Amino acid sequence: MPKLTVNGREIEVEQGLTVLQACEQAGVEIPRFCYHERLSIAGNCRMCLVAMERSPKPIASCAMPAADGMVIHTDTPEVQKARKGVMEFLLINHPLDCPICDQGGECDLQDQAMGYGPDHSRFHENKRAVPEKYMGPLIKTFMTRCIHCTRCIRFATEVAGVPELGATGRGEHVEVGTYVGKALSSELSGNLIDLCPVGALTSAPYAFHARSWELRKTESVDVMDAVGSNIRVDARGLEVLRVLPRTNDEVNEEWISDKTRFACDGLRRQRLDRPYVRCDGKLHPATWSEAFAAIADRLRGVDGVRVAALAGDSADAESMFALKGLMASLGSPNRDCRQDGAKLEAGVRASYLFNTTIAGIERADACLLIGTNPRREATVLNARLRKRHLAGGFPIGLIGEAADLTYAYQHLGAGPETLAELVAGRHPFADTLDKAETPMLILGMGALARADGAAVLFAARRLAEQCGLVDPDHAWNGFNVLQMAAARVGGLDLGFVPADGGRDTEAILDGAGKGEIEVVYLLGADEIDTGRLGEAFVIYQGHHGDAGAMRADVVLPGGAYTEKHGTYVNTEGRPQIGRPAVSPPGDAREDWTIIRALSAALGCALPFDELASLRAAIEEAHPVFARIDEATPANWAAFGRDAETGVDPFASPVANYYMTDPISRASATMAQCTATFVSGADTKTGTHG
Amino acid sequence: MLGDSDRIFNNLYGFKDTSLTGARALGDWDGTRELIAKGREWIIEEVKSSGLRGRGGAGFGAGLKWSFMPKEPSGRPHYLVINADEGEPGTCKDREIMRSEPHKLIEGALLAGAAMGANTAYCYIRGEFRREAEALERAADEAREAGLIGADACGSGFAFDFVVHLGAGAYICGEETGLLESLEGKKGTPRLKPPFPAAAGLYGCPTTVNNVETIAAVPTILKRGADWFASLGRPNNTGTKLFCISGHVNDPCTVEEEMSIPLRELIETHAGGVRGGWDNLLAVIPGGSSVPLLPKSICDTVLMDFDSLQAVKSGLGTAAVMVMDKSTDIVRAIARLSKFYMHESCGQCTPCREGTGWMWRMMERFVVGNVSEEEIDLLDEVSRQIEGHTICALGDAAAWPVQGLIRHFRPELERRIEEYRAHAATRAA
Repeated sequence: MPKLTVNGREIEVEQGLTVLQACEQAGVEIPRFCYHERLSIAGNCRMCLVAMERSPKPIASCAMPAADGMVIHTDTPEVQKARKGVMEFLLINHPLDCPICDQGGECDLQDQAMGYGPDHSRFHENKRAVPEKYMGPLIKTFMTRCIHCTRCIRFATEVAGVPELGATGRGEHVEVGTYVGKALSSELSGNLIDLCPVGALTSAPYAFHARSWELRKTESVDVMDAVGSNIRVDARGLEVLRVLPRTNDEVNEEWISDKTRFACDGLRRQRLDRPYVRCDGKLHPATWSEAFAAIADRLRGVDGVRVAALAGDSADAESMFALKGLMASLGSPNRDCRQDGAKLEAGVRASYLFNTTIAGIERADACLLIGTNPRREATVLNARLRKRHLAGGFPIGLIGEAADLTYAYQHLGAGPETLAELVAGRHPFADTLDKAETPMLILGMGALARADGAAVLFAARRLAEQCGLVDPDHAWNGFNVLQMAAARVGGLDLGFVPADGGRDTEAILDGAGKGEIEVVYLLGADEIDTGRLGEAFVIYQGHHGDAGAMRADVVLPGGAYTEKHGTYVNTEGRPQIGRPAVSPPGDAREDWTIIRALSAALGCALPFDELASLRAAIEEAHPVFARIDEATPANWAAFGRDAETGVDPFASPVANYYMTDPISRASATMAQCTATFVSGADTKTGTHG
Repeated sequence: MLGDSDRIFNNLYGFKDTSLTGARALGDWDGTRELIAKGREWIIEEVKSSGLRGRGGAGFGAGLKWSFMPKEPSGRPHYLVINADEGEPGTCKDREIMRSEPHKLIEGALLAGAAMGANTAYCYIRGEFRREAEALERAADEAREAGLIGADACGSGFAFDFVVHLGAGAYICGEETGLLESLEGKKGTPRLKPPFPAAAGLYGCPTTVNNVETIAAVPTILKRGADWFASLGRPNNTGTKLFCISGHVNDPCTVEEEMSIPLRELIETHAGGVRGGWDNLLAVIPGGSSVPLLPKSICDTVLMDFDSLQAVKSGLGTAAVMVMDKSTDIVRAIARLSKFYMHESCGQCTPCREGTGWMWRMMERFVVGNVSEEEIDLLDEVSRQIEGHTICALGDAAAWPVQGLIRHFRPELERRIEEYRAHAATRAA
């Protein structure tokens, strides 16, 4: 542990820290632009210069390892002069167009110029101007503002794993760009906007919409995938204007995926803002009481077993719990939260969780991916896999579709037969897993949401047990299911699955088609084939006029994730709380309150009428919900079904990463991304006419 | 004046046979195996006690630098990298060695390699030196064929190979870590230090980067003994040195001379004196474009070595002596250097990227006097905001010529300002 002196104060720091980090620990602020704790050290902005005794020149504190006996001064006139000089250099060619810059108010350059910069300009020459660069539909560039800190280049190369950004030219002609004027092909590209310390890279969809100080900031949780990225929702008035990441080292570090960040414009389009009732084949606007009356009329005299409920992928735990209660009081055992028919069992919690935890990936030393494309299904988690890959000594095997995952892997095979070979120990990768100390496997929905899913789950469990993936003695569980739906783990935890004798998704749809199910309650469930609902009376509760609402007989407008209190359990089994940033539009209401009100209208009022009592009821029935923000380790037990697996290769269910749910499907930005990245418009580069 | 018997480079101008046969006749590759057999400690000690200082510009002790290489084999290869990216304006010594004395360089590389346990030497040659690269390749082929280098170099049991690599002609690739980046196939941008190359250099392995002249001097030092080398010049500034004299002299030349020779003697003995006589001298840049210029008053007495030039706030640098007589527009000359450094800045770190362009633009206005008096101090301050604040020494190199100009020619700058004002006033009237 090196001991060093910072401004006369002796401090002992951990081995391997830099002088800058040591100064921070000593409570001394060091200005910086290029340094970022999650990126490699560039040392090029020179803002962090400090004086070190016995060194003739000031040193770049971000790059200098803290060593024993160092004497550091950060407040000498020499250091102040060096900072002022660097600040002046950064500003001479900077346009100083803060009034029209979207970064204004949250700009490192602006802030540090206030703290360390000169009060006037001594630069009487012409300023440099740099042409804009095309970086795709998400990132707006204003490269004249660039201070060449190379954070964006390092992020793209290191974290995102797409080495498409670079600096071309030399001296004052250095320009940051994609070389060929191509959109950055990363699902993490939006993080460049946060990383850019100036206004060179800003959000294209948010451009010129608001100033940062006008925004109301709400801490919440993302529901676009099952990672549960921690986010901050920035809103003005009734509009959500942008979504930013919050730092949580256990989950998303400080990154979020592009869908998380940019799909929020979908919250303003195609919204259900009032109840509707179908009359003569057409949906007509209605009041809440008319809608409830229509439901009550239809349910009168219908046997509970002929009623069913499906919960969608972004349903909050509160509304699922309420709906489960409502179904129970109607006497219906038919409910399911697995719209895609994934063969997950609610009984054994370890069977549907990402048991290793996301942070735990960094402790693993071998990984097998089965039927998953984590880059598309859980982008931020994929970044963690890449991080582990970069640290070295992490063989990765893949069974399923070959794809660019941003890291090297061994493609073992396409389908269940390869998995069977591994289970039988006939495949060399089984040996790799066997020899590893902390091996892990990730089972995706591409392997489970299929007819032989239970058999695949069984085979994966056998493999995990045979190769020592589950080692409770060392608190290691390398068996992981990568969920894609934010609601899924919560739904399974709450037991939103068929009760005894109840029907699952497939059987509900089947029954509806045959007329055995008369009423279907869709809680934001849009990913089913609504054509199979037959003659059933469909109640759709949700926030977007998507597939479910189109088919509905009664539409109950609910709130999107930015408009309600909701608990979401991520793929690790970590319950996290989302908070409303704005109120639901028009007559729409928070979802659990709708179900509570409907229950009263049906004469079977649920036993809670405020959020606190609802949450207390949930916690009492399901104790994991009491441990907010914690991933509670799950006990290992037998699961899966020993049966024949099929022969079809595994395929990732995400064909288009940018449109996977009602919100992203309504988003114009996501539509642009689809056109650019999925429909292939991006094969065009800057050299095409 | 240095006698022929004390000369290291006896065929500097290529008047004699430059092939292996010719080189052998001049004493190259003589007893190399025995020198290697004396062991790495001995070689390093000998080079240390000879007082040989790096000939690339910074003047760091060569033996000391070699001693930073790990002593125990760490499983990683060690590399010797020879800096032949002779880009410093005014400097033309390494290219003479490569053209005419390539075997001295290769033999020196072998001995240095043996001293630091490096089985491979990379010689990074600037892109424009195609003929020099060819000459060196030819010599390396000869040496390889004769078994002087290769799996069993000179029969010593030491495996050694010599690889010639052509750069693309960027000045910054002469900076040792920029050179390593370029050699690895990346953009030539200097690295942060620490770690120094001796700990993590080429491909992350222990590496020593030396100038061509430094390495080429090693065989003779080892053969004639450290004492001989140390007896030349002054203490701490020992040996002989190649001086490249250019500019307003009657006979520009590259010549080997004893260290610490007076500047005036050097110019008058070897370069035929200043054009129009010594009194027509305006200033001299004594060590390549990066070092501050010296006005005639200092040139009269100064000695050409590291310490005495440092004492007059200049430097020996690469010992490229650029002579300017009184016909020179000294401000324009320095402005041109500022443009050079702006052009060659890699653009990585802030002070150099932004400051070199600012200095050049101001210098252009200084040339015509279109500035205010306060801007002289501003220019000086800007140069000091760059100096010492950058990743590599290019920032210093850009700042020093300007500082030298202000230090010694401030009256000239002021005169131009007045002249410009007077002119402007006449035009206005």
